[in-house]
Amino acid sequence: MKPVISISGLTKTYAGGFAALKKVDLEIQQGEIFALLGPNGAGKTTLINIVCGIVTPSSGTVVADGHDIVRDYRSARFKIGLVPQELTTDAFETVWATVTFSRGLFGRAPNPAHIEKVLRELSLWDKRKTRIMNLSGGMKRRVMIAKALSHEPEILFLDEPTAGVDVELRRDMWALVRRLREGGVTIILTTHYIDEAEEMADRIGIISKGELIVVEEKAKLMQKLGKRQLTLNLQEPMAALPPALADWPLALKANGNQLQYTFDAHAVAPGDKPQDIPSLLRRLGELQIGFKDLSTSQSSLEEIFVSLVTDRAEPASKGAA
Amino acid sequence: MSDVGFNRQGVWAIYRFEMARFVRTLLQSVVTPVITTSLYFVVFGSAIGSRMSRVGGVPYGAFIVPGLIMLSILTASISNASFGIYFPKFTGTIYELLSAPISFVEMILGYVGAAATKSISLGLIILATATAFVPVEIRHPFFMVAFLLLTTITFSLFGFVIGIWAKGFEQLQLIPMLVVTPLTFLGGAFYSIDMLPPRWRTVALFNPVVYLISGFRWSFYETADVGVGVSLAMTSGFLGLLLLVVGWMFKSGYRLKK
Ligand SMILES: Nc1ncnc2c1ncn2[C@@H]1O[C@H](COP(=O)(O)OP(=O)(O)OP(=O)(O)O)[C@@H](O)[C@H]1O
Ligand SMILES: [Mg+2]
Repeated sequence: MKPVISISGLTKTYAGGFAALKKVDLEIQQGEIFALLGPNGAGKTTLINIVCGIVTPSSGTVVADGHDIVRDYRSARFKIGLVPQELTTDAFETVWATVTFSRGLFGRAPNPAHIEKVLRELSLWDKRKTRIMNLSGGMKRRVMIAKALSHEPEILFLDEPTAGVDVELRRDMWALVRRLREGGVTIILTTHYIDEAEEMADRIGIISKGELIVVEEKAKLMQKLGKRQLTLNLQEPMAALPPALADWPLALKANGNQLQYTFDAHAVAPGDKPQDIPSLLRRLGELQIGFKDLSTSQSSLEEIFVSLVTDRAEPASKGAA
Repeated sequence: MSDVGFNRQGVWAIYRFEMARFVRTLLQSVVTPVITTSLYFVVFGSAIGSRMSRVGGVPYGAFIVPGLIMLSILTASISNASFGIYFPKFTGTIYELLSAPISFVEMILGYVGAAATKSISLGLIILATATAFVPVEIRHPFFMVAFLLLTTITFSLFGFVIGIWAKGFEQLQLIPMLVVTPLTFLGGAFYSIDMLPPRWRTVALFNPVVYLISGFRWSFYETADVGVGVSLAMTSGFLGLLLLVVGWMFKSGYRLKK
């Protein structure tokens, strides 16, 4: 697979001197759904806005579909659609007029059939003659998506497309994104709903304080960094962990009624001792600790995300102290 | 569209979008200048004109027509173009222009083209209204149109620059109110600068609007405060200066990009 977007050494220092991006390198593959995650102010929008031509980079290069976004901006932008984070629309225009305008602006010849298809797909067809100021917030967001799709982009940026959107529209949006991907569109989205990324993305990038700290396939990321947990409901509550279990990563929960065992995907603890589930259960049998039932769980992407981002924050604050 | 050619569709989209606002308020766009012009003729033409009779061989009522048109199209060009580009900046919809495969020059063609079209329509409406009050004669229609085009384009471009520069609605109004309107009133819209005392006449020659009005009036009645060649040269010079400013704005992304 060839990258459809190559970002190298990208930095952005805003006029006030704030470094919003610090030497970011990233490649987006053709046809993938890439989720860019990060806390507020991490630099997600800055990154997207640079690729789309709204913010000028301080240094570094971006190549989109083989075209440098600065030198050859026309060819690059022709391929790119953007749904920005902020809800900004015209007020007095009708839905139809504003979407038609977008298509023309991007240099495409008029194609009412395509506009109709986009509006129908976003359930805006009935509202096509309505002035935008008379639409609800969720409908306005859909209008912005329709504008971005009006010119048939091959690369689509969605900056928090589901912020402030109801459950149904969120589902619709996910379905739309999947359909677009099936049609060959590369999609880069940001979201604060980690479950959304977990559900949709092929690959995930996590950005924190202007640095890209992780870029990984979603499945691998969850396997590599995800924790798994085994919970045993004990027959007899325990006051404390028996010393014989001291070198196991165990914790007592629910007033000593539960024994919780946390392990990573490889289930190998330091010291080369096998610490997989069968050995633990064997050990418990030897110690005559009985349990009523057991359950396992896997940490979500959200937990992985939180641990990664807070891990990053801690050394810095310790260093400062 | 070819991958790198001129974005004709984009220019057209901006132009049509800008014209749509004009058409939406067509009645207002037509009725307002008709009423204002009529008022000018009632006040200046009849009340004052009856005491002034002729200026440079032209009846006063007819004499003020070119100045009146200039006054209106200067203000209209600036406000249309500055508003056209300022408004997307204000609402945030500018993101779309900035992310579109459209060059600064194409953006200008769309915005300035639409603003100039509106001002020219306005000028023609005023001219038509004026003929109902006074006998208007156009000796050099070619130069008349040339001055009309040059002026509306130049001042629409000026408006575009102001619209990009302005950080708020006050700034948007500042230059038209503080600079352009006084310069137009002092620029001989309602009198010939030959009527001024010599010292003030010299001062008036530093006012660029004098050249516009003088040249425009010459195309009507062949009476001018300054030579037509000088008028054309000064106006073109101002246009050239604006193009330089716009070129610099384009290179630096001035107040459009962060
Ligand atoms: N125009 C600007 N001038 C100065 N600083 C800015 C500007 N725009 C953004 N920043 C700063 O750059 C940093 C990154 O902002 P950005 O909008 O890229 O964050 P984000 O990851 O999109 O956050 P969010 O999740 O809140 O949308 C923030 O600290 C922000 O304050
Ligand atoms: Mg953001």
